[in-house]
Amino acid sequence: MKNTISVRGLRKRYGDVQAVDGVSFEVPEGEFFGILGPNGAGKTTTLEIVEGLREADEGRVELLGLEPWPRNAKLLPRIGVQLQATSFFERLTAREQLRTFGSLYGVSARKADEMLETVGLAEKADVRVEMLSGGQAQRLSIACALVHDPELVFLDEPTAALDPQARRNLWDVLRAINTGGRTIVLTTHYMDEAELLCDRVAIMDRGRILKLGPPAALVRGLDAPTRISVASGVLAAEDARGLAGVDEVSDDGVSLVVETRDPSSVVAALSAKDALDGVQIRGATLEDVFLDLTGREYRA
Amino acid sequence: MSTFDSFKSLSRALFLGFRRDRGALFFTVLFPLLFLVIFGGVFGKQTTGKVDVVEVGAVPVLDRALQHDPSGELGRTVKVKHDDLAGALKKVQKGDADAAVEQSGGRLVVHYSGADRVKSGVVQSVVQQVANAANVAESGRPPTYTVASQRVEDKSIKGINFFTPSLLGWALASAGMFGASQTLVLWRTKGLLRRLRLAPVPIPTVFGARVVVSLGIALGQLAVFLLVAQLPFFGLKLQHAWWMSIPLVVCGVLTFLSLGMVVGAWAKTQETAQTVTQLIVLPMAFLGGSFFPLDYAPKWMQAVSYVFPLRYLNEGMLNVMARGQGPMSALPQMGILLGIAVVAAAVAARLFRWDAT
Ligand SMILES: Nc1ncnc2c1ncn2[C@@H]1O[C@H](COP(=O)(O)OP(=O)(O)OP(=O)(O)O)[C@@H](O)[C@H]1O
Ligand SMILES: [Mg+2]
Repeated sequence: MKNTISVRGLRKRYGDVQAVDGVSFEVPEGEFFGILGPNGAGKTTTLEIVEGLREADEGRVELLGLEPWPRNAKLLPRIGVQLQATSFFERLTAREQLRTFGSLYGVSARKADEMLETVGLAEKADVRVEMLSGGQAQRLSIACALVHDPELVFLDEPTAALDPQARRNLWDVLRAINTGGRTIVLTTHYMDEAELLCDRVAIMDRGRILKLGPPAALVRGLDAPTRISVASGVLAAEDARGLAGVDEVSDDGVSLVVETRDPSSVVAALSAKDALDGVQIRGATLEDVFLDLTGREYRA
Repeated sequence: MSTFDSFKSLSRALFLGFRRDRGALFFTVLFPLLFLVIFGGVFGKQTTGKVDVVEVGAVPVLDRALQHDPSGELGRTVKVKHDDLAGALKKVQKGDADAAVEQSGGRLVVHYSGADRVKSGVVQSVVQQVANAANVAESGRPPTYTVASQRVEDKSIKGINFFTPSLLGWALASAGMFGASQTLVLWRTKGLLRRLRLAPVPIPTVFGARVVVSLGIALGQLAVFLLVAQLPFFGLKLQHAWWMSIPLVVCGVLTFLSLGMVVGAWAKTQETAQTVTQLIVLPMAFLGGSFFPLDYAPKWMQAVSYVFPLRYLNEGMLNVMARGQGPMSALPQMGILLGIAVVAAAVAARLFRWDAT
């Protein structure tokens, strides 16, 4: 299958910050691709170089077989971009804003109004963009990126300001677009979102890609223990430690947590002792992979 | 997809944005109009008013002249009051009267103030004429030499005829320069420029739409100014080639937008853009002849005025609107304005940045 995006050896330096430090990846047509990484990892910079907003110091980018830099008018109608910072024409209503953006792509007013409906802003159609809440403005910005039905969509933290309902609504919208054969690239700080939506994710830090692959494969590769917790008091910690397959046990007075790499036999043993009150089983998630790769300590 | 449709909808969006901006509406339309009302109202009447003359005691020469005034010219020019010497001088000092006149036998004394040169000049020449006429009558012979005065086109335009075009010039310069510089900086710092860079619309189309909106607004300003100034209270009388002010306004707006773009392309923040624009517009308005006629200005000021594009706009509009010059008279000014516009646009294009960083 042809690659929609092909990035080779990208580098970008701002003063003494090496924002992007040798990034390469490929995104095949129709893939849902995620870029994860802590603040300042270089996600936005990478995305903006790929979109053609910034010039790389080094490296090559091809989108749909074309080079995005310098500004390529043939490419622009085929891609849709939502930037991390929202930006609108002043003093227009949400509807006017989207129609104006649509008109730049030759999209009819009717189609623009439908898109407003799709992102759940129909009720706010006559509200000026300055008066929209942060999440509503974010949704309008996403609508502006999608209004012309682009083949390739870039979304920089699209769900950052959204409430849980809007987040789920956007997931549905994006999944529908992706199912329709569109390629989507997004950055996010929500691991559940990446795990749920993305075919593959790249985990970035300090300008480099540390790991790249399908979320499930990354999680499996981590070889992290499963954590089984039950209500404190149903079983003594010493008894738990004696069970077959148990690696680690801790009890904080609320929950007794057992770490194991053989969850089925541990659950069976707990069940035999009738000690499954309030049981919760948590396997490793993308978040564990993320923290394992980028470290647990907070960086300013 | 048609660029023209993009252009139309961009123009519409930008115009809506302007119309909903109360601050911009005030500063581009109402504020200059306020100046027109004040300047035109206060100074506009100056030349049409009568001169007030206080007679100290009896001044038979003047009284007789007023009684035998076949053309009524003198009566239209002079209004006579009476007072004693002290009272009359006080009136002149306070500006309640323009001159005090005494007669003792064959001697006429005119007391005037230097505060208003125009009116004191009028009084002196009127009294001189009256005295001459009296001398001729006294001699019993017809005068050997008579003077037939004929008014020629007045180069030093006063009152509303001056203030309408020149305050309009200031309003256009200010709206054009602030509009362009603020828009450009705002679009860049708010990230709209980079967003537009990703849309398949040629950037000249975007700026073209902005220019068209500015032109529309400017022609609106022109219409409002002309309508208000022609009200009987202000009494502007337009000369035959006044319509040349329309292409002049277009050229002027292009110039000021380009200059604003230079500031906007160069300035990093809105505050800088605002300050720098103000530092250009205000001196330009003063030295370019928007607030007082350059004919009365010192030589050095007249020389400096040639630096400012506003001078050419003001001059061109004065020529066709008030001085009664023909339509072709505006062409040199239009040419100069367009020349400046082209150079400034080229500089702005060189300085142009899509991104704040
Ligand atoms: N325009 C710029 N000028 C100078 N430095 C910049 C610029 N943009 C980004 N940087 C620096 O480059 C690095 C990467 O920034 P980038 O915005 O790509 O991070 P990010 O992964 O998108 O972070 P976040 O999750 O916070 O959005 C950071 O250290 C940032 O300070
Ligand atoms: Mg970012």
